Amino acid sequence: RMARLVKLQNEIERIKEKYFTRNRFAEENRQRENEAAIKIQSWFRGWQVRAYLSHLHWKATIIQKIWRGFRARARFRQTVKIQRRWRGYYVRKYVHNYYARRRYMEGLIRKNEEIRRDLVDFSEFQRREREQIAMDREEQKKTVQAQRMHFLLSTKQCPGVFNSPFKPEPDEMELRLRRTKPQPPTASPRERDSRLGNRIPSTHSSASIARAHGAQPLPPIPIKKPQGPFREAAEVWAQRHRSLEPSLRVQTSITDLEEAQDQLRLEEWRNRTVDTLFQPFSKAHQNRRYERMIHTSSSFQPVPYGNKHFREERPDNLLGKKPFNRVFTTCQVFDKFGRLFSNAGKIV
Amino acid sequence: MSQRQVLQVFEQYQKARTQFVQTVAELATRPQNIETLQNAGVMSLLRPLLLDIVPTIQQTSALALGRLANYNDDLAEAVVKGDILPQLVYSLAEQNRFYKKAAAFVLRAVAKHSPTLAQAVVDCGGLDALVISLEEFDPGVKEAAAWALGYIARHNGHLSQAVVDAGAVPLLVLCIQEPEVALKRIAASALSDIAKHSPELAQTVVDAGAIAHLSQMILNPDAKLKRQVFSALSQISKHSVDLAEMVVEAEIFPSILVCLRDPDEYVRKNVTTLMREITKHTPELSQLVVNTGGVAAVIDYLGECQGGVRLPGIMMLGYVAAHSENLAMAVIVSKGVPQLAICLSEESEDHIKAATVWAFGQIGRHTPEHARAVAAAHVLPKLLALYMDPDSSEDLQIKAKKALKSILQKCTHLPALEPLLYEAPSNILKHVVYQFSKVLPHDSKARRLFVTSGGLKKVQEIKADVGSALQEYINSINNCYPEEIVRYYSPGYSETLLERIDKYQPV
Repeated sequence: RMARLVKLQNEIERIKEKYFTRNRFAEENRQRENEAAIKIQSWFRGWQVRAYLSHLHWKATIIQKIWRGFRARARFRQTVKIQRRWRGYYVRKYVHNYYARRRYMEGLIRKNEEIRRDLVDFSEFQRREREQIAMDREEQKKTVQAQRMHFLLSTKQCPGVFNSPFKPEPDEMELRLRRTKPQPPTASPRERDSRLGNRIPSTHSSASIARAHGAQPLPPIPIKKPQGPFREAAEVWAQRHRSLEPSLRVQTSITDLEEAQDQLRLEEWRNRTVDTLFQPFSKAHQNRRYERMIHTSSSFQPVPYGNKHFREERPDNLLGKKPFNRVFTTCQVFDKFGRLFSNAGKIV
Repeated sequence: MSQRQVLQVFEQYQKARTQFVQTVAELATRPQNIETLQNAGVMSLLRPLLLDIVPTIQQTSALALGRLANYNDDLAEAVVKGDILPQLVYSLAEQNRFYKKAAAFVLRAVAKHSPTLAQAVVDCGGLDALVISLEEFDPGVKEAAAWALGYIARHNGHLSQAVVDAGAVPLLVLCIQEPEVALKRIAASALSDIAKHSPELAQTVVDAGAIAHLSQMILNPDAKLKRQVFSALSQISKHSVDLAEMVVEAEIFPSILVCLRDPDEYVRKNVTTLMREITKHTPELSQLVVNTGGVAAVIDYLGECQGGVRLPGIMMLGYVAAHSENLAMAVIVSKGVPQLAICLSEESEDHIKAATVWAFGQIGRHTPEHARAVAAAHVLPKLLALYMDPDSSEDLQIKAKKALKSILQKCTHLPALEPLLYEAPSNILKHVVYQFSKVLPHDSKARRLFVTSGGLKKVQEIKADVGSALQEYINSINNCYPEEIVRYYSPGYSETLLERIDKYQPV
């Protein structure tokens, strides 16, 4: 144990030396090691912050990316809206308008319906008119027939053809015969033929054919002429049945004057298209000075009144007078010319 | 006394002549007597009577001659050869109105048979004399002269030009304004005959102011007059766009549509002819007609009439539809397609069927909508049948083929195309299959329908040359379906399946 103690005491010296050398080393290296530690720490811290910053950058980029994409798409949608409207407008205006065409087709259908209805109505109307006309013609024919066959009317003694005693009621023709007034048939069958369109001109032919067959035309019926200053029967007949020949005064309407004035005004309005007519050289003579006649003694100019115009220059003279009539009522002098029964005035 | 006896002889002779001439004239009204009269040498007997002193005999003999010449062209030639015409022409200027009527009747009867006879009438100066008689007061004389001029101008353009050169047109236009209906009729028909040959002649008629007067007579109650008026207007308007525009400017629409309900059949036919001549020129004119409802009126007209008179109506619809697809849609919207389909099935004449087929082609060729409307009326099988029928004329077959092709190129309505798969010959089948190959890749419902209705089976059965267009289309159709289905429907699949049974070894 003493040996150990001596060893230990030696050791203490060595330990103290070691302690001091180690402290000295530590002191010498302290700066270096401190700086090294600081470097390491600073690098590490820097790396940490950089990593954090880049992480932040990345996140910021993501957010910006999303935001910008959103904005661009929103903008895109807005521009698409505008482009959509523009393209629709352009196509409709310059290429083809579907709605206008659809409206046109619908309008066309309506118009067709309308036309079809109108046509049906019109054809109905015309059919009724034609039927009406046909019926009227029938009626007319039957009336004419009844008039001409009036002798078939039944009498008290003897029932007519259309009034059979075996039937309960007389025939329609019988009633018609009772209603109408009798009328003898028209004079000559020749006139009837020509009315039917027979084109053979037969002015003398019927009489001449009759003569060719040997028959003579009948002599005129002798009428005893009444004694006295009577005029010819034909003349009197013509006079009695003379048609109305109104005189010119009667013919003209009461407003004839106004009508004539209106007509003149209308003509003026119609014809006068140019107020200042082009009359070349029309005023050429007006600028000419008056050349005196050689033999006159006075120097007076020709007076326009009496040659160029006839209007009164002094209004005092016109005070009591009425203005000129330019349109007159009719003149009655020749109304009776040629229409009197006497032969006066008929100059050969 | 002896003087009286001498005069009596003359009187008897005159009576004899008069009686002869009147009896001949009456006999000549019946056709069965004319042969006998001709054999008896009536021409040579009537000729000297034309120069008779008594005016009645002259007139009646001229009338008899006219009736004889009217009957057939041998007698008319005999009149020409017998040198009667110069005498007639001379007296046309001189004599009274009955003789003028009779002489004009003879000229008309001679001129109506053939162009050579009409030329003979023109050569002996008949035109000037007729034009002079057009200036007469008597309406009967004017009518006879206008009739003769109309018959002369009817044959060809040279004769019409001769009539126009004689200055007849303004006088005819004056005749139209006269109150007598018969005269109006004849003058309108003469103007129509003049205007029909060439645009210059039609322009001459128009320059005389005929259109205004003709259009005023559209609503006249007389049916024959209306026939002639419409015929005249259609002859004028058929030549060029300007003339058609002038006719339209006379404001005939829409009052013309009323005449489509006239009881007279020929009035209606002439109205549709006029509308056809107007619409065929430009789309604007067709548009005008459509806007006034003309298409609907014509379609109703087609529903009411039968036979050959339908032809102008059908052609009018075809012309309207041909101009643009708007107008074709207007025809479809006015229910034109069912009516045309009825016409196609009812009519038996080939030219009417050809016109209907052409009209369908014009309607259906514009867009798929139009083709669908045409196909929906079950028209395509009928067109195919007409094309394949050996009895149809060549014209009908060509038109049916063209119409089918033009409709098929736009048709996307598959149910209507399917019947065609079964019956069509290869040149039509090519188009049908092409349409299928265009539509099927995009529409799944259509694909399903195509399979269930047996169309795919039919397509597999079609034999086509490898490398041809038909094979390409078939391939594109087959590509729309999964392979098993294609194999299932290919011909002979049941045999291959059965062969597999033979080869199969049971486990």
